[in-house]
Amino acid sequence: MEEEVNKHTISVLVDNETGVLARVIGLFSGRGYNIESLTVAEVDKRNSVSRITVVTSGTPMIIEQIKAQLSRLVPVHKVSDHTGEGPHVERELALIKVACSGEKRVESLRIADIFRARVVDSTNRSFVFEITGATEKLEAVIKLMMPLGLVEVSRTGVVAIARGEKPI
Amino acid sequence: MDDAQLTGSEIVLKVLVDQGVDVIFGYPGGAVLPIYDALYQQVAIRHILVRQEGGAVHAAEGYARSTGKVGVVLVTSGPGATNAVTGLTDALMDSIPVVCLTGQVPTHLIGNDAFQEADTTGITRPCTKHNYLVKSIDDLARVLHEAFYVASSGRPGPVVVDLPKDILQAGAVYTTSRQTKHKTYRPKLKGEPDQIEKAVRLIAGAKRPIFYTGGGVINSGPAASRLLTQLVRMTGFPCTNTLMGLGGFPGTDPQFIGMVGMHGTYEANLAMYHCDVMIAVGARFDDRVTGKLSEFSPGSKKIQIDIDPTSINKNVMVDLPIIGDVGTVLRQIIKRWKEGECRTDEKAVGKWWKRIRAWQGRDCLAYEMSDTIIKPQFALQRLYELTKKRDVYITTEVGQHQMWAAQFYKLEKPKRFMTSGGLGTMGYGLPAAIGVQIAHPDALVIDIAGEASILMNIQEMSTACQYRLPVKIFILNNQYMGMVRQWQELLYGGRYAETYTAALPDFVKLAESFYAVGLRAEKPDEVDGVISEMLATDRPVIVDVVVDQMENCFPMIPSGAAHNEMLLGPDDKAKTPVSEEGMVLV
Ligand SMILES: Cc1ncc(C[n+]2csc(CCOP(=O)(O)OP(=O)(O)O)c2C)c(N)n1
Ligand SMILES: [Mg+2]
Repeated sequence: MEEEVNKHTISVLVDNETGVLARVIGLFSGRGYNIESLTVAEVDKRNSVSRITVVTSGTPMIIEQIKAQLSRLVPVHKVSDHTGEGPHVERELALIKVACSGEKRVESLRIADIFRARVVDSTNRSFVFEITGATEKLEAVIKLMMPLGLVEVSRTGVVAIARGEKPI
Repeated sequence: MDDAQLTGSEIVLKVLVDQGVDVIFGYPGGAVLPIYDALYQQVAIRHILVRQEGGAVHAAEGYARSTGKVGVVLVTSGPGATNAVTGLTDALMDSIPVVCLTGQVPTHLIGNDAFQEADTTGITRPCTKHNYLVKSIDDLARVLHEAFYVASSGRPGPVVVDLPKDILQAGAVYTTSRQTKHKTYRPKLKGEPDQIEKAVRLIAGAKRPIFYTGGGVINSGPAASRLLTQLVRMTGFPCTNTLMGLGGFPGTDPQFIGMVGMHGTYEANLAMYHCDVMIAVGARFDDRVTGKLSEFSPGSKKIQIDIDPTSINKNVMVDLPIIGDVGTVLRQIIKRWKEGECRTDEKAVGKWWKRIRAWQGRDCLAYEMSDTIIKPQFALQRLYELTKKRDVYITTEVGQHQMWAAQFYKLEKPKRFMTSGGLGTMGYGLPAAIGVQIAHPDALVIDIAGEASILMNIQEMSTACQYRLPVKIFILNNQYMGMVRQWQELLYGGRYAETYTAALPDFVKLAESFYAVGLRAEKPDEVDGVISEMLATDRPVIVDVVVDQMENCFPMIPSGAAHNEMLLGPDDKAKTPVSEEGMVLV
């Protein structure tokens, strides 16, 4: 029974306590699940709740397992599979360092402009661009910057939220 | 410290008392000295000193499994904690409620590679249901109460609480009382009404049904076994148990068709294969049960009742999952069944029983008797016959003897069979028997053992003797790691690499060296005698039963094979070479 492997973006609300990230990551590595990206930050200071966003992939059966496994971790409040649950917004931020001069410098600025990337640092021989967007957009920019002297990329990984008025 | 304050150690003991704990299993060391000092000055909690921390966890498991209460362990930091890891993993796999308190170096030394420091929460994270490192005395009581709640609610499991020594010596006022709720962890107990309705309809329409029930029935409590028995009898359906589920339904009931799985009965495995409705109750479709997944019960609609959503659709897709406590859901089903005045398809089920009775006619557990050499199955049959009238608690080690015990020792009640199912931990049975005997001082507790397994925790004989625990160790001594040898015979051309134990101890003298009693049987006609003598002895006894070295455990579903590809006996083995796919499976 060959089943289709799909990418899923999952948000997990957890108690912000020591070891909670290790628990989540350990679950993925211990059970052989994929992590394509992972972000984490506290989102509710008063109640000390953090939000973890994981991009993972698997067959429907595996995705169901991942959600069930996450849900039964003791410090987990809520698990929400954005991909399975309807319209949502996904964003990622990248900082891209391009070292170049002359014509390439101009070209890199042009590309940045097209994709609405901002220059956040500049020297005679380099730029750092900041870009936000869907993963595909970031990847397109990175690809175009490659021949122009791209030397370093730093990315946040995906964060996601459902569209509409309801919180998860 | 003012009067209202207690030390961390005193708080630990106070929580234990508040939780109804009256016995703990442990081993002292530097980091837990403050707790031992507090223990010394009180009488409410009895401490059982084991001989190795691994033994403490298995003893706590035996205690927990035979009582339904949480088993409690106390060990020191570093090596004390790492020795506990096997037991914790065992308890996780078999869903046994255990709270394990581990000592830790003082908070200011954590991370310094201090003497006997280990990253206990790091090491035990994947082998516990949850774990805690207490970093402030103000959290201590709450965390400890929470540990008991987490260990025992939902799908039970082991919980570690790591206790730095400075916390144990600090002072605080104890205010927290017993907690029954957790802010996020709240397992669902009741099944959805429309799922119950669908289940009732599937059951009523079934033509070739089977109840397949597991450890969840035992864990849910005695009511679950009663309700299961009621439902099975009401419907007239056949019932099979997993290794973990034995005793959840009476083993001598005519509707019981034996254990399912790799060494399950012919009739149970074929009924699983050919059924049209499978009602899985607290069972998780383990690979030892399903055999080849793609050919597992291909034509059936499957209902699965389980408290843990991760047990559902993990390796077998089910048609009707019901998430909830087994006892609660069974009660819901029975109620709905009675209200709806439901009936089964008696005619079809009658035909189904005819087929099952024909399979039973194969007498799959038959073996060749001998007058000169003790067959292990014979020894167990005699043990069963001579003890069945008593309320017996059986523990086992791991290997062929374990499977024969499961096949031949018929269990009537839940919480009477303690075996390492999920992890298959050799060395489990003796310390588990100690834990059982502590909980049931007057009961007959027998560890059915292999000579290799028993050596893995033989030091616990010393514990049994210290506390005058009359545990009976019934060794089926074939001088081989029989189960592994059996695989080598069937799959590796009889090349018995490292599975013969040379230089075994003389178990009779070994028993005597612990000031216990040692007995031996070498001929079939000596078996009844040693069993009677064992039963008449009110002290720990090791019985060394010298059995046929080459006997294999049948039926057997070779790894990678399906339920209808069972090997029934020695003559079957040539017929079914194990597939390459099967060879990589364990
Ligand atoms: C701790 C541990 N190590 C290794 C194994 C693998 N193993 C499974 S059964 C077995 C042999 C057990 O021998 P024995 O206790 O004599 O039982 P028998 O099969 O002979 O009845 C071994 C080595 C295991 N289950 N547990
Ligand atoms: Mg052996």
